[in-house]
Amino acid sequence: MKRLATVLTVFSLTGLGSTALAESHVDPAIAGAIKARQAHMQLYAHNIGVLGGMARERIPYDAEAAQAAASNIAALSTLNQSTYWPEGSDTSVEGSRALAAIWENLDDVMSKSEDLVMAAAVMEDAAGQGLGALQGAIGGLGGACGACHEDYRQSDD
Amino acid sequence: MRLGALKTVAALAVTGAAAGWWLTASDPLPDDHLSAVVGDAAAGEQVFIAAGCASCHTAPEAEDSEGPPILAGGQHFETDFGTFFAPNISTDPVHGIGAWSDMELVNAIQRGISPEGAHYYPAFPYTSYTRATAQDMADLVAYMRTLPADATPSQPHEVGFPFNIRRSLGGWKWLFADDDWVMTGDLDPQLERGRYLVEALGHCGECHTPRNALGGLDRGNWLAGAENPDGDGRIPDVTPDGLGWSAPDIVAYLESGFTPEFDTAGGSMVAVIKNTSRLPAEDRAAIAAYLTALP
Repeated sequence: MKRLATVLTVFSLTGLGSTALAESHVDPAIAGAIKARQAHMQLYAHNIGVLGGMARERIPYDAEAAQAAASNIAALSTLNQSTYWPEGSDTSVEGSRALAAIWENLDDVMSKSEDLVMAAAVMEDAAGQGLGALQGAIGGLGGACGACHEDYRQSDD
Repeated sequence: MRLGALKTVAALAVTGAAAGWWLTASDPLPDDHLSAVVGDAAAGEQVFIAAGCASCHTAPEAEDSEGPPILAGGQHFETDFGTFFAPNISTDPVHGIGAWSDMELVNAIQRGISPEGAHYYPAFPYTSYTRATAQDMADLVAYMRTLPADATPSQPHEVGFPFNIRRSLGGWKWLFADDDWVMTGDLDPQLERGRYLVEALGHCGECHTPRNALGGLDRGNWLAGAENPDGDGRIPDVTPDGLGWSAPDIVAYLESGFTPEFDTAGGSMVAVIKNTSRLPAEDRAAIAAYLTALP
């Protein structure tokens, strides 16, 4: 008993305790898929950050950098994500904000995903063509992201 | 003596019941509320957008289109008290509000009272709209009368006992409806406009402020985040400490839906951004000024 307490203390002091315990009951395949898709979202956000910074004129417009970011987003939007979204990886899993409604409305999710591919293609054509063209395309791109977040992502602080 | 005591108890019971009946009665606006104003439909469109009417009252399957909104109703809202269905408020004379007088409409919007004198559930944010000006309400009504009619019948709410006793909502209003401003003090015109947009038309507090067990807003934690009334998750804290965004960050979000980290708005906020993106830029700046001035 005392030894267990010591082990737990060491675990919690090293920060291992909470992580190990929280993940112990999650299927590693599901935990991995959640990490993969959240990393995918992070890559979108990073590249949109470049375009958005220029659109808001917080960083100077640079056609080459804008084109690179837009091409990244277009490429990301067309990746096959089928293994990122296993059934059961919804909000019932700690750290997931994916609503179960996703798996109940797969046709709608796919159609919104196709809208994102189109909006990303519009941005890819526009981003290198000047600040005005970039500014004109960013609303559609944000709207395509938001369309899915509206119905399928849990509200959170 | 015994009879006397009984009489006293009976008298108290009658008085109590009468007081209860009085407390739960509807309290309409004065008849001359709109007599000094003339509605302007073009101005009313801006009020309609700022008040977010279409977010709840368009049909759930309605797609965004360029045309005027069709306020057929039908969206549902699951809460701790039951499931509420937004009614048809199109100009249809039978299923919508086409046959209502201006005062009937404004009593509905600002007092939560139906033309028959029944109380509406506060899922309809009349406790925020009560702070709106008579001019804005006249403009809003003028605009609503220009919108298309739709003959979809409104659906009844699915609310169990005791919340299905509408009369008791009079007591709820007496306890919790409060038309005083939350932000007080000497405000400059921009802050005053921001307060009007946030506390009255935009009804931000309805989701961003926590509620007590009976659904009354906890004004002591104004806009400090709350449970999501329509599902799991939480509605964010938008006070300066909770949000940590600059005023330009807030303005950019209300216009584009992008957070400072270039995540996008989600959930019900997507519909809100559709409205705030259509407001004049100075209104977005006023909202940001108000939010950054909160304690």
